[in-house]
Amino acid sequence: MEYAEILHRCFRCGYCKLPSDYTDLNCPTYLKFRFETYSPGGRMWLLRAWLNDDIKTSPRLAEIFFSCANCGNCIEHCVFPEFKADLLNAFVAGKEELVNEGAVPPSVRDYLQAMSLHGNPYKLPEAERGSWAEGLGLEPYTDQEYLYFVGCAGAFDERGQKMARAVAGLLKDWGVSFGILGAEERCDGNEVKSLGEVGLFDKLARENIQVLQNAGVEKIITLSPHGYHAIKNEYPGLGGDFQVYHYSQIMGSLMEKEKEFKNDKPLRVTFHDPCYLGRHNWEYQAPRNVLNALPGVTFTEMDRTKVNALCCGGGGGNFYTDVIGSGVDSSARIRVREAAEVEAEVLAVACPKCAKMLEDAIKAEDLDEKLRVMDLAEIVQTRLG
Amino acid sequence: MEEIYKELQKIVGAEYVSNHAEERFMYSRDMGTMLPSMPDLVVMPDSPEEVQKVVQLANREGIPIVPMGGGLVLSGLTRPLKGGIVLDMKRMNRILEVNEVSRYVLVEAGTSQGMLQAYLKRHHPRLKHSCPDAPPIATIGGNVLIHGSGHLSHAAGFHSDMCNGLEVVLPTGEIARIGSCSTSPYWFSRAPLPDLAGLFMGWDGTTGVVTKLAMKLYPDRPFNDARVFITADPDLVPDVINRLAGAQVGEDLNSAINYRPGRTNVFPIVIITYGAETKEELTWKRNLIRESVRKYIDERTGGFVPFPPDRRKAFLQAPNTMLTQFADARRGGGFEYVGSIMPIEIFGDAYRAGVQISNRFDIVNGMGARVIGLAHCMMFFFGYPFNRADESDVERAREALEASNEAALKLGGIPWKAEAPAQQQIIKHMDPNTFELMNRIRSVLDPKGIMNPGNWEVN
Amino acid sequence: MKCQYMDFDLETAREERFRIIRGEDSRVLEECVTCYACEEYCPYNNHPFYMIVDRQEEKEVWPVPHPLTNQQLIVMAPRGRIVPQKVQSPVINMCSFPMLVGSIRGKLFEGASTIVGTDIFCNIMWLHFAKNSVIRERVPQMIDNIWNFYLKDSGVDEVICYHDECYGTYTHLAPAFGINVPFKSVHLFEYLTQRLDELKNEIRPINEKVAYQRPCSNRLIPETQHWVDDIFERIGVDRVDREYDRENALCCAGTIQAMQRDELADDVQRRNLDDMEATGAKYCVFNCPACFTTLSYQVTERGMTPILMSDLCHLALGE
Repeated sequence: MEYAEILHRCFRCGYCKLPSDYTDLNCPTYLKFRFETYSPGGRMWLLRAWLNDDIKTSPRLAEIFFSCANCGNCIEHCVFPEFKADLLNAFVAGKEELVNEGAVPPSVRDYLQAMSLHGNPYKLPEAERGSWAEGLGLEPYTDQEYLYFVGCAGAFDERGQKMARAVAGLLKDWGVSFGILGAEERCDGNEVKSLGEVGLFDKLARENIQVLQNAGVEKIITLSPHGYHAIKNEYPGLGGDFQVYHYSQIMGSLMEKEKEFKNDKPLRVTFHDPCYLGRHNWEYQAPRNVLNALPGVTFTEMDRTKVNALCCGGGGGNFYTDVIGSGVDSSARIRVREAAEVEAEVLAVACPKCAKMLEDAIKAEDLDEKLRVMDLAEIVQTRLG
Repeated sequence: MEEIYKELQKIVGAEYVSNHAEERFMYSRDMGTMLPSMPDLVVMPDSPEEVQKVVQLANREGIPIVPMGGGLVLSGLTRPLKGGIVLDMKRMNRILEVNEVSRYVLVEAGTSQGMLQAYLKRHHPRLKHSCPDAPPIATIGGNVLIHGSGHLSHAAGFHSDMCNGLEVVLPTGEIARIGSCSTSPYWFSRAPLPDLAGLFMGWDGTTGVVTKLAMKLYPDRPFNDARVFITADPDLVPDVINRLAGAQVGEDLNSAINYRPGRTNVFPIVIITYGAETKEELTWKRNLIRESVRKYIDERTGGFVPFPPDRRKAFLQAPNTMLTQFADARRGGGFEYVGSIMPIEIFGDAYRAGVQISNRFDIVNGMGARVIGLAHCMMFFFGYPFNRADESDVERAREALEASNEAALKLGGIPWKAEAPAQQQIIKHMDPNTFELMNRIRSVLDPKGIMNPGNWEVN
Repeated sequence: MKCQYMDFDLETAREERFRIIRGEDSRVLEECVTCYACEEYCPYNNHPFYMIVDRQEEKEVWPVPHPLTNQQLIVMAPRGRIVPQKVQSPVINMCSFPMLVGSIRGKLFEGASTIVGTDIFCNIMWLHFAKNSVIRERVPQMIDNIWNFYLKDSGVDEVICYHDECYGTYTHLAPAFGINVPFKSVHLFEYLTQRLDELKNEIRPINEKVAYQRPCSNRLIPETQHWVDDIFERIGVDRVDREYDRENALCCAGTIQAMQRDELADDVQRRNLDDMEATGAKYCVFNCPACFTTLSYQVTERGMTPILMSDLCHLALGE
């Protein structure tokens, strides 16, 4: 197995479970399950034991690996500089082995089957991929400056569609030259890759690269940080070199130009860093630039932010597979409690998966009266009047 | 065991009990060199009442039960040597009360060091607790009960000395309170009552399950600094420590010497940290510290290293991550150390014993000491990194540790948080009547012998 | 009487100087902070400072506690692990500062080779430790290493000295100690000035005030001082007028701390930093990595940004 040579070097000291100031548990699965096995160090030791045949393949082992949210907290806080960068790579390699053995949790199996058969986890016809844009008057991509890429959640999920439309609307209003692929777009494959189905990822990515190259795309704006990560960091290895931006980065630069904000009604906002924008790609400032530029908005940080942000629990495919599951100790519920603690009215997000996870958590925590989730573009739109 | 499993599920909830191979594997070992020993079940209680019910069940059925905090002891003390239940206490991590005036905190035993540190920084920024250099996920309960020490131990002693009281589930299932909390609503002290805390501290979980502790807190000063004294002679270190401690301004006082087989030159360093309310006070304390060792400066046999402020700050980091990183010294993910509690004056002898062991086993020896109290004693450590993937390397470290335990005892020290084999070595050196008394106490407290059996027993 | 750390009237100073020449005990041997400045002040090139250090060693008046000196002697000793390496001009001599090799980047150093390590350490720092004997023993070896392992077979006959100490060693100390140097040394500042001229069109003036921390090693080579002004002029920064600059520069006090003279070190640093801060300088510019390490924390504390000269030039080039 790739990365097997680093497994024994994990001391299992547990820095990976925590944020940098040690406030609280910051690994979504350890937070939820609490057994040492569900911590990053536990996974390192179990994977080694499994490869050494000290433990056997089992549904429990599969649950332990496929519940990992790939949030990157472990990489950020591991104290061993020589191998920390490969922790998630090792876990993904382990999942790849389990996938090859067919030893995956049922929900992961279903997800991968749907991806394989339908090209999306919603089991909807790919022809409907562009329906999110209906009525917006968006142009198909021809030779515009940017391609706007929305991904599966933006294309099919109700909450994601709302967000995809808000971002598109804003880009259009602000005169950004962009087009969309509509039904031609394919899943970016990020979740497939994180679940260890490398072959399928390869297929999806190559299809996307082909479509993008055929269309002559050079610059891409993504809705989802997950897609941003895959296209920016994984596609070049498969021959797909594009200039990739998350929409918050484009918005951040557009905010510098004078805008006529008609609504400056006071609004208390906090921001939830998406893992694939923050810890995986070190972009912390762009979303904050957007929020800080809005009149009437009082921006407050939660206790855990940026490198220390608590993942919503939707990464690593969990948004679709929900191996982590719900409950009061689920990270999404803890996250919305944190947002409520700083007395925010709006929990700003920049990822369709976070949006959905956190909205559900607000309902579960009965915080609907006090707190609502809004994506950056939605907030900007309300300020424009 | 299936029936027990079901009963445990009823007590703590199904998701917090496991008999899966994965958890049994993980809880059968720690990061040190001791061989694994499998539990039958791993249980994570959430309240003293749940602990009580689990212990009552274990007592009724005669099932061994091993309480575990962070599981970072390295010497295998939470391995269930005779199977049974490992009780992972880390769900019990609530910070229950902070008394700012009498400076103490009441926590559940599974509260992590890091969590308490962060909580105090946020809610009581003028107070701090003595943080050990174990990783921050280490628990307050586990560390206190093994007589741990930390960043305020020079000023205030072992962490067990800083404990004002306990709540404990006895092996027979009763919940008892120890210290002032047994008689008063305040957790202010263990005095003036008979000090029953001694029934649970240093016993490595063989006498009960501690569920709550009150710990002394100390002023967290706004200005802090460290000074690093260097000499070329390990035999000077006891007097240097004695003098630095005598200045009575330090919070933490440590010494370190790394030895590699064949090395000819050593430069032991002594690190002292101190805090102050103002920059002027900080400078004044620095000068007091320097003057305490003026003799050596004038003789030119020792002096302070002119580290710039940002380098000095690294010595204030609590916990110090560099110590954990020792585990990767051989790119092998492991280290273990013999920490021996001993008088300061045998520092030089302990160092020489370490050199001998290092040369004998051809192994790197990270040696040093944390001074406890105002140099009333020290925890001298012999530390060995090993490659977990190479069994012969692990075995070599294990043998070096055994030799270090023996050397420490021979010098008049006592191995701290001793592995089961080291406990045997200690018992051999111990007054037989003392050991007999220990056994009598245990048989009274734990008539069925369910608490962490295999420890503090003669094979 | 120009010494900034010992208080003598001229007559006493002269007398102490004669005592040193005669090999007698002198207060100077005890009190000298080893800032090198008297090498610059002496108009007759009589090397008063080298003589002080020689006498300190002869009389075993050790400015720094032995363990500090001895540990450094071990840490900085040549490892003998050097291997022949082809280099090409410009060859940047990074002395024993491997952590600064990252500064050799961008347009300023395009195509440059770097050499670094304790096997080419200039060893001038032993002047602070009363160890001229070590200088006499190790410097010829270092020169030999640079020449034989790097330059000779590469057909290169000059090195750019990143650090004042190296340039001082090869152009000032070596001749004074009678040590032959077979290659030419070019000061970093001269090299930077030339490069900045070549890159003139790409410079974006920084337009900020800067304070310069002149290192003690520059006392040996005061003729290089004008390059500092030349560079500053080219990158558009204003070197602030302050009391403790140029010939009146104060030591960073790292050595004084090693001498265990904390109060004096505090005073020297306070005066120096007060002086910088009062000018409203945005940057404090260093060339000596040791001064940078010693002072950067406090410079930051005072609201200024510590920066190495080469990094300031990178900044002007937008890098």
